[in-house]
Amino acid sequence: MKKNTEIMINVLLIALLLAVLFILERTIPSTSMLFTVLKKGAIYALVAVSMNLLNGFTGLFSLGQAGFMLVGAYTYGILTIPVDQRPNVYMYFEGGIVQFALHPVIAILLAGVAAGIFAYLIGLPVLRLKSDYLAIATLGFAEIIRAFFQWDKLGPLTNGSNLLRSYPSYKSVLFYFIFSGICIALIVMLINSTYGRAFKAIRDDEVAAEAMGINLAHHKRIAFVVSSYFAGVSGALLAMYQTSIQASMFKSAMTYEILLIVVIGGIGSVTGSCISSFLFIILSEWVLRFLDNTTYIGSFQVPLLRSGFRKVVFSVIIMVIVLFFRQGIMGTREFSVSALLGKKKKAKGGEQ
Amino acid sequence: MGETVLKVENVTMQFGGVVAVDNLNLEVNRGEIVSLIGPNGAGKTTAFNVITGVYPPTNGCVSFNGKVIVENFPKGKMKKIYMGDPVAVRSQTVQPTPDKITRLGIARTFQNIRLFKSQTVFENILIAEHMRRTSNLLTATLHLNGEEERRMRTEADELLHILELDDVRDEMATSLPYGKQRRLEIARALATKPSLLLLDEPAAGMNPQETDELTAFIGRIRDDFKLTIFMIEHHMDLVMEISDRIYVLDFGRLISQGTPDVVQNDPRVISAYLGVQEDE
Ligand SMILES: Nc1ncnc2c1ncn2[C@@H]1O[C@H](COP(=O)(O)OP(=O)(O)O)[C@@H](O)[C@H]1O
Ligand SMILES: [Mg+2]
Repeated sequence: MKKNTEIMINVLLIALLLAVLFILERTIPSTSMLFTVLKKGAIYALVAVSMNLLNGFTGLFSLGQAGFMLVGAYTYGILTIPVDQRPNVYMYFEGGIVQFALHPVIAILLAGVAAGIFAYLIGLPVLRLKSDYLAIATLGFAEIIRAFFQWDKLGPLTNGSNLLRSYPSYKSVLFYFIFSGICIALIVMLINSTYGRAFKAIRDDEVAAEAMGINLAHHKRIAFVVSSYFAGVSGALLAMYQTSIQASMFKSAMTYEILLIVVIGGIGSVTGSCISSFLFIILSEWVLRFLDNTTYIGSFQVPLLRSGFRKVVFSVIIMVIVLFFRQGIMGTREFSVSALLGKKKKAKGGEQ
Repeated sequence: MGETVLKVENVTMQFGGVVAVDNLNLEVNRGEIVSLIGPNGAGKTTAFNVITGVYPPTNGCVSFNGKVIVENFPKGKMKKIYMGDPVAVRSQTVQPTPDKITRLGIARTFQNIRLFKSQTVFENILIAEHMRRTSNLLTATLHLNGEEERRMRTEADELLHILELDDVRDEMATSLPYGKQRRLEIARALATKPSLLLLDEPAAGMNPQETDELTAFIGRIRDDFKLTIFMIEHHMDLVMEISDRIYVLDFGRLISQGTPDVVQNDPRVISAYLGVQEDE
């Protein structure tokens, strides 16, 4: 069957990708920028897809990604710092109140749960209102939670405004790819399920969706909680990747970066979000780094190049995209092998 | 005719200081095709919105198959500014969301077509299957509901076949010609398996030939799907030909009711209508 061969090809491609990564790790020094880009790209791909689930597939606009990532990152750190390290890390708080450490994978899953619980609580009042309120409420949440986690009184749990560190982290890029890949696959499967169809109906027309027997509040809540769950997971992965975290890192600028990725990739395209995550990370971590560095040619200081200029360039890029390329790279289409080979995909809606 | 399927009692819908529907009382019996007519702005769509749970009425009660599905009375700020009939004020509140009304067996179409724009004809129909799912979030996501998924698709395809839409199955809903979009919207409503179908101006924007086809289509689905139909319509040929009974609304109030013959010759209807027909 045609569908089976396509699955076969995809499985082969994924195996090939993992094999290449495996070989790269054994040939290139682990400090190489390449691994930074790959790991961070995988993490951002997950959070971008989770944001797309909400913005692109359910028509809900949330700006809380950084907040949910913070909750996920902290949950991971708090639950995994080895007990014998805690007196060091929590040195201003007498070792903190948590005196156990969980397996990293379990802690990542719980990081998602923690973010999901916050989303559920925010969603209860807000998702009944018109969609615009969600953006405001989640933005507010992200700002408040950042201050809250740095609050001194919460120090025994969060270490206040000090770093969380010394928790275990996997170094291999394979781990980030596999973990993030599984999560993205789950989101895609959700989108392709009957629930995903309900989400798209809500996105297209809320009134008609309701007339089709779809409970709006219930389904919006599911989309919001699931999206936040995976934002939490990606926060945990980010914590792991960075080996130390602090609440002040999770600024709203982070949410805007993720939004930029989603918009560039195409609102409503999962593969678009993935591709644009890597593009974005390559650009910001690698290519455009020089924009932030004060540079001299001889004794001549190149104008504009100084710390923060990268942000300015990004703002210009997002404006250009919003004005001229509203569809992003992929629009709502998906990247697929068969499409690449030029076989025109039959009109969608057929067998999944 | 059979027993009462839909009963609207003392329904008043007031938006701020505007009384859109004023003390409306009507009944629709099993198997009937009943029409609701009246000039633009008379409150017809608002009446549908109250029946289907889009707006809670300011006062009044709607029953479906003898059970109260919607009920309200003026309270809070509305208590002071209420301008509807004060005699029939109720004392209970039943306020379901529209999806619940649909699950009870009342489906509707919209005056301005509301298809799912980014989706195909087939997908538009398939969405109605969601409310009958037995899978939950987990089993659906992990695609453990293969049986159910196949059933949903088969049912949607069967319906497309019966309604002769299978030739456009994979086209984008919004790429269809206008008349077919209207028919698709009715098909989508039928996919929820209703016993009562509410049609809001199904022939709006259609030419005479399309209107004739629609008339036959409505009669046919009433018989084939054992429906009761309650319809808002402006095309008088269609209304007079197909309706068992007619209610006439003007400025939110019922001004006439009865068989097509009775209504057609009612002087109040003629004056209400003639005044408007000209500026349309
Ligand atoms: N949501 C609303 N808010 C305020 N006024 C409304 C609303 N919906 C309808 N109306 C008013 O109610 C009256 C009846 O409208 P409608 O029911 O759409 O008329 P019809 O369908 O008979 O043409 C109009 O005056 C309209 O402006
Ligand atoms: Mg109307």
